Amino acid sequence: METDLNSQDRKDLDKFIKFFALKTVQVIVQARLGEKICTRSSSSPTGSDWFNLAIKDIPEVTHEAKKALAGQLPAVGRSMCVEISLKTSEGDSMELEIWCLEMNEKCDKEIKVSYTVYNRLSLLLKSLLAITRVTPAYRLSRKQGHEYVILYRIYFGEVQLTGLGEGFQTVRVGTVGTPVGTITLSCAYRINLAFMSTRQFERTPPIMGIIIDHFVDRPYPSSSPMHPCNYRTAGEDTGVTYPSVEDSQEVCTTSFSTSPPSQCVFTVTKAHFQTPTPVVTDTLRVPMAGLAFSHQLSSSRLSYQPAALGVGSADLAYPVVFAAGLNATHPHQLMVPGKEGGVPLAPNQPVHGAQADQERLATCTPSDGTHCAATPSSSEDTETVSNSSEGRASPHDVLETIFVRKVGAFVNKPINQKPAFSKDDILPMDLGTFYREFQNPPQLSSLSIDIGAQSMAEDLDSLPEKLAVHEKNVREFDAFVETLQ
Amino acid sequence: MNCRSEVLEVSVEGRQVEEALLAVLHTVLLHRSTGKFHYKKEGTYSIGTVGTQDVDCDFIDFTYVRVSSEELDRALRKVVGEFKDALRNSGGDGLGQMSLEFYQKKKSRWPFSDECIPWEVWTVKVHVVALATEQERQICREKVGEKLCEKVINIVEVMNRHEYLPKMPTQSEVDNVFDTGLRDVQPYLYKISFQITDALGTSVTTTMRRLIKDTLAL
Repeated sequence: METDLNSQDRKDLDKFIKFFALKTVQVIVQARLGEKICTRSSSSPTGSDWFNLAIKDIPEVTHEAKKALAGQLPAVGRSMCVEISLKTSEGDSMELEIWCLEMNEKCDKEIKVSYTVYNRLSLLLKSLLAITRVTPAYRLSRKQGHEYVILYRIYFGEVQLTGLGEGFQTVRVGTVGTPVGTITLSCAYRINLAFMSTRQFERTPPIMGIIIDHFVDRPYPSSSPMHPCNYRTAGEDTGVTYPSVEDSQEVCTTSFSTSPPSQCVFTVTKAHFQTPTPVVTDTLRVPMAGLAFSHQLSSSRLSYQPAALGVGSADLAYPVVFAAGLNATHPHQLMVPGKEGGVPLAPNQPVHGAQADQERLATCTPSDGTHCAATPSSSEDTETVSNSSEGRASPHDVLETIFVRKVGAFVNKPINQKPAFSKDDILPMDLGTFYREFQNPPQLSSLSIDIGAQSMAEDLDSLPEKLAVHEKNVREFDAFVETLQ
Repeated sequence: MNCRSEVLEVSVEGRQVEEALLAVLHTVLLHRSTGKFHYKKEGTYSIGTVGTQDVDCDFIDFTYVRVSSEELDRALRKVVGEFKDALRNSGGDGLGQMSLEFYQKKKSRWPFSDECIPWEVWTVKVHVVALATEQERQICREKVGEKLCEKVINIVEVMNRHEYLPKMPTQSEVDNVFDTGLRDVQPYLYKISFQITDALGTSVTTTMRRLIKDTLAL
């Protein structure tokens, strides 16, 4: 039931709900990527951090979330769900959690949109950050790698909990009342796996028993809960406009700069704003399983075509995988947090005709209680970025690329992925990550037989000459040796 | 105004005391910290950004999220370290409690000093257990981790009740509500205290005081 909100409040509320939904997805997915997350506080407002929280946006995740939302907002009977599942090297998968962002009919007519709702949504996001670390799937996700990976899927509509098995538990993250309904964020999670604990996934063999008992093979018709990446709503392909939220006003000019793969620098600029200091975000040193494999569920039968993307190593295939707007001829045209080969996406053009959003406020008036936080202008143009005019790789190509990684990913190696007491407080990567990255170095060229033999022959030939030079300079060498004593 | 009071209890091994307390305190402060306020003309203000980071515990199978503020982390670690030392040196039953109190300052006229009015108190009761074998310690790692997960869920539930919070202050009053001394974030005014208790939950100091008083009364 809606009340008589003025149009500005209504517009603000829609925007808050939209960006809250997008940030919720980011928090959940990032918490399942398998690595620790770290963002920096900033004493000065940057103008781009929604809800005054430093939550970075992984473009692919935002893109997937927007695709799922398709311009709608969570409403009564229309929930936004993020499904987290596990997939083993054998190809079996299992749903672990469903995070639901729902709206019910209970309205709070008196609440102030621009201040109270905004701040409570900020608080709810903080709660989400905390809760995402305490459900059983978190420990599993931190140990993903060769034996299993964690996947995510976003869908909009009715919540589907049947895949969680019997006796799943629910934790409520929190609620925020608004004039149009109460937003509720909760998580339903499987508990069967909790008893098996992560220890069983640490041992290399065997896991067959676990698979038989708990994993269900899913057929891949469209009726299956797990869909391939074409879970669009009808009409999206025709470039449906978003009636509820006017995206064109929310995009601000965003520029990326290329930088070493270990760091990506974002600069958000705004017409009415002093350009804020670029915020260097810590890279997620992630096996990328959480991102890459969300489309893999239907791809296991696809053939392997690494040449299509021109990448040489299985590791480099990951960053390529994930852009919906990927061009096969530019495999690195994708900003991927963390993994080697991740390079910021340089869009062909900046936002097409986008206008920087009006920064809504620093207009907080403490004295009369109508406070409002500085809502950032939208920093999103990821949809523009991903809709590069260079064209899209087909989902088929993207999925095939995933298969490259899969072949290399599940070789059982008795590697301790998490060395005891390893810390990454000082270095950007921990010992385990370093070990994983450098465990297969290329062979030294001097060790190859032909080159070795060739250089030895040359060395022998030049030996008399070298000896003569050394004998000539023997006094100089002796003097040098004496200085060292 | 009634002060909201929440009590949490944890049973941990000696080496887990600090991490368990930090996990709880940081989770509470995550919810009770905002970005720095920047007041502008006409009584408006903008708010800085709060960053967060994951912290893996070394002695507990647990990860918690804290505000990215080294100053805040140092302050908490200092007091938690003092508590741990006091607990160790008390020679008692290994029982103690730490309180995190959020308060507002109310200006008083001379000669009265400012009043500190608490509006939320979180008390963590700690019971230290001694374990004999490595297997017990391993089980304890997991069990304490699970318990802390429950505590975080409890904390989040309280936070999202949206009960009393101090009103957003004007620039002249901001120091009465928030701790503006940190460089990067702005928690609500808080203080942390602790006491070592005996098995009856009575503070050891209180017991001694009572004994002396009783002796003198004879």
